Order: sequence, then structure tokens, then C-alpha cells
Amino acid sequence: MARVAERSRQQSALWSGARRHVLDLDDFTRAEIEDVLLNADGMKEVFGREVKKTPALRGKTIITVFFEASTRTRVSFEQAGKILGADVINVTSSASSVTKGESLLNTVRTLQAMQIDALVMRHPHSGSPYFVARHLDASVINAGDGTHAHPTQALLDIYTVERLRGKLDGKRVAIIGDILYSRVARSNMIGMQKMGAEVVVCGPPTLLPAGFVPGSSVAEGLPYEGVRIARRVEEAVDGADVVMVLRIQRERQDAGHLPSLREYSREYGINAERLKLARPDALLMHPGPMNEGVEISTEVAHGPQSVIEEQVANGVAIRMAILYMLCARAANVGA
Amino acid sequence: MSERKNGMLAITGGRVIDPSQGIDRVADVLIKDGKIESIARAGSAPDGYQKIDAGGRVVAPGFVDLHTHLREPGLEYKETLATGTAAAARGGFTTVCAMPNTEPAQDTASIIEYVARRARESGVVRVLPIGAVTMGRHGKQLTEMAEMAAAGAIGFSDDGDPVADPNMMRQALSYSSSLGLPIINHCQEPGLTRGAQMHEGVVSSNLGLAGWPAEAEASMVARDIALAELTGGRLHIAHLSTAAAVDLVRAAKARGARVTAEVTPHHLTLTDTWVYGLKGAERRSAVGLASYDTNTKVNPPLRAASDVDALVAALGEGVIDFVATDHAPHSESEKACTYVEAANGISNLETAFASVVSLFHAGRLSMPQVIERMSTAPGKFLALGKRHGEEARFGLFGTLKPGHPADVVVLDLNAEWVVDPARFVSKGKNTPLAGVTLKGRVVTTVFGGSVVWQGGASA
Repeated sequence: MARVAERSRQQSALWSGARRHVLDLDDFTRAEIEDVLLNADGMKEVFGREVKKTPALRGKTIITVFFEASTRTRVSFEQAGKILGADVINVTSSASSVTKGESLLNTVRTLQAMQIDALVMRHPHSGSPYFVARHLDASVINAGDGTHAHPTQALLDIYTVERLRGKLDGKRVAIIGDILYSRVARSNMIGMQKMGAEVVVCGPPTLLPAGFVPGSSVAEGLPYEGVRIARRVEEAVDGADVVMVLRIQRERQDAGHLPSLREYSREYGINAERLKLARPDALLMHPGPMNEGVEISTEVAHGPQSVIEEQVANGVAIRMAILYMLCARAANVGA
Repeated sequence: MSERKNGMLAITGGRVIDPSQGIDRVADVLIKDGKIESIARAGSAPDGYQKIDAGGRVVAPGFVDLHTHLREPGLEYKETLATGTAAAARGGFTTVCAMPNTEPAQDTASIIEYVARRARESGVVRVLPIGAVTMGRHGKQLTEMAEMAAAGAIGFSDDGDPVADPNMMRQALSYSSSLGLPIINHCQEPGLTRGAQMHEGVVSSNLGLAGWPAEAEASMVARDIALAELTGGRLHIAHLSTAAAVDLVRAAKARGARVTAEVTPHHLTLTDTWVYGLKGAERRSAVGLASYDTNTKVNPPLRAASDVDALVAALGEGVIDFVATDHAPHSESEKACTYVEAANGISNLETAFASVVSLFHAGRLSMPQVIERMSTAPGKFLALGKRHGEEARFGLFGTLKPGHPADVVVLDLNAEWVVDPARFVSKGKNTPLAGVTLKGRVVTTVFGGSVVWQGGASA
């Protein structure tokens, strides 16, 4: 741990004390992202030990509040905090019990009184971590807010690609699926471009956000400026170094965005045939949970190019790095 | 605040602007027995009048607001007739029209009478109630419009929601045509705005908030114009917010359709980028902590800069007839929440004039135009509301013609002040303008010959 800390002190903007929250990647510099990745290397080493425990965050209290169902992200944060020796308290709450906004504010006030060090939150409403961060002294880590952002997912995706294939500079990343409702896509478009990747997205026109016109690039005014929107999935995947497949939800069919999941699968599903269009060593990613046979075929999901399980393992390391850098900062800066 | 009900008052030495008479000159306004006595030569006010020195200021007819949510009965935690009319007085409004989305809705003559009576008892300025179009504002059954008209309703609206069913809208326009009163529709196709949080555009894409397409407004405006032409009813479009709808109204007016439209101060001055919480400043690289400012959440939403530009131009041309505030006060907890949970609306009465006069400072409107759009035009609009062959139901508002109610406002066009919602007299502190410096202030408001607002030196 000391080695990790030492390296970080040399490199990280995070250690300057300027950063209190991790809400999205749009306010990260490339250097800061690289620092997180570097830290994650050290964390991965700890994670790989027989005794997965360090006292780095002993005496720190981290609360995770998930207002939306999640297993992997919540467990990932919990494990990350516990390996680092922090006290991790999990609170699950259905969004319906906080439909009155005052309740969220009261939740925040309660947490404030508990002197916590970090709050990891997921909420179905875009922007909710910003609201919470305005009212809380502790660090707020966005574990997914509505359709807006999921910064730790993007960091672990960047980490996964860079550690397997080297720098993202000049690499082509194809993101396929429901861009409109995807916080994973939003944060990845920002993060991957910051790391020098060329990002192309593709999805049904009904599932593209305003400003995303097939056959063109995202114009100025959005942090996704320069992202290309392919007209066809084959065009998007062609020559890609990374193919990232997004989860498609049945609700999209019910809301009229899609005629059927069957047709979605035919038009946009990633299968062996389509994956062949990418570079032979292309990585296949999915933030999970997968609908095998819909957006991704079982064959490729568990095939040699799939790094989906790697993503999960890296998720713990990235979250350890983030928690460590935010929570241990004060102590290290003071030392 | 009000002390001289039947006294004699002279507002002296100001630049008197009264578009209803084509007046724009330095003069004294003489008031007697609650009515305008005359516009006299400057310095000619005789002894015996209480004098208000308006030197260097603009003197104009009190503002008339066709679109005010006063929340009483039923939602008194947001606003009451007392606090809402006090806010109106402070904002220079002497006539406000109470929207019927109260609880219960203002959908019967007895509730209209109740509101009118409560306003007389507790209000500071004139309150004219608007009746609902449909019972409970549910869009299923027409209200007893004739009886509500007799009780004082000046028009009908299900505002907050559109009259969504096209046949119901057709019947409403047709039925109300015999009363000479307008149907005021909140035009927004509900199927296109389900779950919408803000204007659909690059900002909504960035923030991951469900978008509210401009076309949702334009499509219903087009429908309603067609129905107005079909029925001969009076259509008034509430809070127009898009360039596309402006074009439809312009074309309809050119054909001679009986359609009028209003625009709010916020749609004339703020854009969807305000949701970033930067008070209109350019967004830098990242979405900051101040973003998702719930005080920017309003229905219809703050639109793109091109829409704002089209609205300002249309107000200048007269395609949009007048300004209406859509004053929508909410309690603190209804805004201290996530953007998705937040209530729609802006507490507007106390900043409306300064917002609109910014268009004068920007060279987009002349001062007579500002006064025409805030006083004269809405006053005339109200005066149109009568049955065929019927006497006018009330005198003309928004004028300084002798014999009419002495509703007068004194304005300092150049006073700069910082918006501090804590000092609002409205219960609604919900404004995206908190902390913003505005230029232009209401110094004095006279209602029916009585001073109902007098700003202090630093107010």
C-alpha cells in the first residue's frame, strides 16, 4: 500500500485535495484518469492476495445507498471498501419510498450527522448525486444516476481495455445499443474520448439522444462532441478494437421504442458474424447484466474475445482506487 | 400599506407612458376618488393632493397578468390570495387572473364566487378568477361556463394540463363562443411529453433528462387554431414557448383567426442552458455541482436560444399579444429534491418587470412596447370578454384614461438590484434568478388610488 500511495502522491491531481466527488468523468483530466488506473494496478495486486485486506481506510465509514436494484455494482463497492479496511454500511431503499424529495434530503441530513467519509449512491433520477453533493460534506461517488452517468463503470472499462491492449490512443471503440437511456454509454463516450479513443455508436434511431444523427458526428455543445453515429451496426463494428454492447431493456419495447426484442436482435444484436467485422483481437465488453440472445449472442458472450468477467474483477480494483484516493486523501495530505 | 382610499394623489414629474392614449411625455398624473382624474402638465398638480415625486421615473398603467397561480383554495402552503396579491403589488401588477388549478379546481360558480370574495377580503390588488374548462380539470365534462361567467370568470382554462381530447376542445371553444370568453389552453401534446423534465435538445442529452420536444407544443397549437377557426371560439394560447408555435400563430392571425397568445418573462429571457445552474453563463467543460437547478424546472420548459429570440421578436411584432407571468409558487420542499421530483414552476411576480425591461435595455423593445405588452394589451383582452349585446362587465384596465380605475405604477428603469428570494413577499421562493442582478425596479404601485407598494431606497 505504501508503494501505491507513494506513486499516487507523485502523480495524482486527486491528492491535491481539489477533488471531493466523483460524479462523472467530464471533470476529469486525462492525467487524473491515468492516475486512477495506476492506483488500480496496486489495488488489483491487493485483490489478488490470499489475505485480501489492508488497513488503508481503517476508521473510515462508507455508506452505500442504492435507490435502484443492483447487485454487481453494490457488491463491488462493498468489497472494495472492506478490502481497504473501511466500515461499509449498505442501505437499500426503493425509489418509491423516496418519491417525496424531502425524504432524500432528510436521508442526506441523517448521513451528514453520522460523520461519514463517503457516500456511494445509485438513484433512478439523473442528477440526484449532484443534489446530494450540494448538501453533504462527505465525498459523493456516483454509482449510476438515471440515464446520466456511471463514472466508475467507464473507468473500469477504460482500465480493462488499456491493461489488455495498451493505450486507448487511436483505438476504435464501438458502443452498440440503447444510447438514449444509457448512463454507461454517456460516461464511456466522455472517458474513452479523453483517453484518445475514436468512439462510434450505433443503435435504433428511437434510442439515440437529441443531437445524435446517424451518419454524422456529435456537434459542439455536448461533451460527446466528435462521437460518430453509424447508420448500421456493421459499419460501427467494422475494424473496431473494442465492441461494447449495452443492455437492452424490455421497457423500451413497451414504450414503443422498439417493435420487438427479436427484431432488435436481428438488426443490432452482436453475434459471431458481426464480431468478425471487428479486428481479430477486438475485445467484447458488456456492463451487465446481459440478455443473452438479445443484444449479445451466448456464443460470443462466453467466447474468447469476451472480457466481461475481467470487467467485473477490474471493477473492484477501480472502486478501491477511487475510495482510497478520496477517503485517504485527507490523511495523506495532512501527513 | 394603503392609507388613502378616497384621497387625492398626484404622481408628479415622471415620464408618463400610456399606450392606450398614445401618451409618452413628462406629466403629472392626478388621481381622485380611486380614479384617474387627468394627465396634467408637469408641475401643474394643485395643492391638496398627496404628491409622489416620480422625477426621472416612468409612470404607467398598472400591469395586468392573465396567468397567475394564487393557489387558494387548497394549496395555501404554496401561496394565498393575500400573499400572492402582495407579491403582485410589489411587482407592479394591479390586476391578476387566478388560474383554476386549485383544490378543489375552480370549476363551479360557487368556487369562483368564493375566490372573488376571499380576494376582496384579503387581497391587495384586483383578482379576476378563471374557471376550469372541464370538471375537476379532468378533461371529461364541460363546466357550467355561463354560470361561472356570471359569477365573474374572465375565461376558462385547465392550465397545468392541456385540454387533451380534441373533441372536448372543440366543444369548449364552440360553447364559450356564446359567452365571448376565451379558452386559454396549455398547449402541449401529452403523448409527446410523458416523463419529460426539460426542453429536448443537447442540454437534455447531456444531463440525461427526458426531453420535451418543441413539437409537442406546436402540434397542439396547430390543432387548436384549426378548432378555433372551425368553431368561431376565442382561443388564447397560454405561455407560448417555441419558435414553431410562433409561426403558427403568425399565420393564423394573418388569416384573421380569433387567436391570441401570451409569453412569460422567463421564456423571453432564459434558455435551457440555465438547467446547468450557471445563471446563464457559458458551460465550461463539465456538468458542475450547481447543475440540475430545480428552480429552472417549469412547464413549458425553458427552451433553446433560437426559441427565445423568436419569442422576443414576436412580442415586438405583436404576434404574441402580451406578457403573462405564469407565477407558480411552490414550497421549499417541492424544489429541494431531485430534478425529476421537483414541481414545475417559477415564482415570477416580483421579478417579471425587471426581466421584461431587460429587453428594453437590450434594444429589443421600446418602453411604450414594454408597457403596452404588460398593461394595455392584457387590459384590452379582458375588456373583450362579454356576451353579444351585453354591457362591459368592468372598466378598462391597463389605461390611464380619466375615469378609469387609478391603477398606476412608478418604475425606475435603471435601478440595479440582486434577486434575493428570501425577501420575496410571495410564499414561493422558487426562482432561478436568485443571486442574479437585474436592472429595473417597481418603485410604487397604486391600486384604485391607494398606494399598495412603496419600495424603500434599497428594496
